[in-house]
Amino acid sequence: MEITLNHYLAVAAVVFAIGMMGVIMRRNLIIIYMSLEMMLQAANLTFVAFSRFYNHHESPSYNHIDGQVFVFFIITVAAAEIAVGLALIVALFRLRQTTQVQDLTTLKF
Amino acid sequence: MDALFFWFFSFIMIVSALGVILNRNPVASALCFAFSLINMAALFIMLNAYFLAAVQILVTAGGVMVLFLFIIMLLDVQAAEHVPRQKIWMGFTLVLALFFVYLVALTLHATPRGFVPENNLATEAQTLEPGATPQTPPADLLDDTQRIGNRLFTHFVAPFEITSLLILVATIGVIVICKQDEPRRSPQEDISREAPPVKPEKESAFTL
Repeated sequence: MEITLNHYLAVAAVVFAIGMMGVIMRRNLIIIYMSLEMMLQAANLTFVAFSRFYNHHESPSYNHIDGQVFVFFIITVAAAEIAVGLALIVALFRLRQTTQVQDLTTLKF
Repeated sequence: MDALFFWFFSFIMIVSALGVILNRNPVASALCFAFSLINMAALFIMLNAYFLAAVQILVTAGGVMVLFLFIIMLLDVQAAEHVPRQKIWMGFTLVLALFFVYLVALTLHATPRGFVPENNLATEAQTLEPGATPQTPPADLLDDTQRIGNRLFTHFVAPFEITSLLILVATIGVIVICKQDEPRRSPQEDISREAPPVKPEKESAFTL
């Protein structure tokens, strides 16, 4: 059985859905953050899969390595984002002694 | 063989991704996530993205996951969420996720051939840079690291520099956020804690 682009897209969709479930279902801020990162990774997989399978373009200005460059940027920005987010979680924990979202209701209307 | 590896790695990746959201112990969740990332790196290798697979393992599975584990252990997060789970909320989440997967499956099913180029390897030489010499090896043998680097420092040089600025700002931001806001001790207090204040000898001479 030949593995096509659709297989990779389906796997990425499943991983994305699992990450979405984690964000909605879990109450621990750190786990929610991990699930967010998982959704980013699923998007990365679609980028790489498209860059691998869509290389039959006629135009010479088209460069199929661009998808991988995008993934490179996503990984870099995600690393910076994780650092800032975890610092925020640590600051929040210092203030409230908890990482459970049901205890952090200051902004609740 | 290719298909076997694909199914193997994707199965392990999905199972460990489920482990992330179903484990009650955050440390186990983080380890599951690292394992899932490593399997995604294997999928990257199958997609000929060798450089990204290395970056994935080094940066994400190495650096970011160590940061996660460090924070989990630093905060000493409790293992279980003691609040009783609302079954209806979990069911709603599951339905939402399944609906999303169904939508994607519908889209993929509607385009059985549209997303698959006929011969993705035969025409790969056409995507070489226009100035490429005939001695250049075919694109699938070319170093993808070299190609990413070429692209990164020519066409994407402005986003690259902006990313470096972003990392600088993030570093400064983390330092500012994590700075302890404890009240500063005044110097006199410090001196008084270490040693009793020494009486200045010549002060009387000055005051007079």
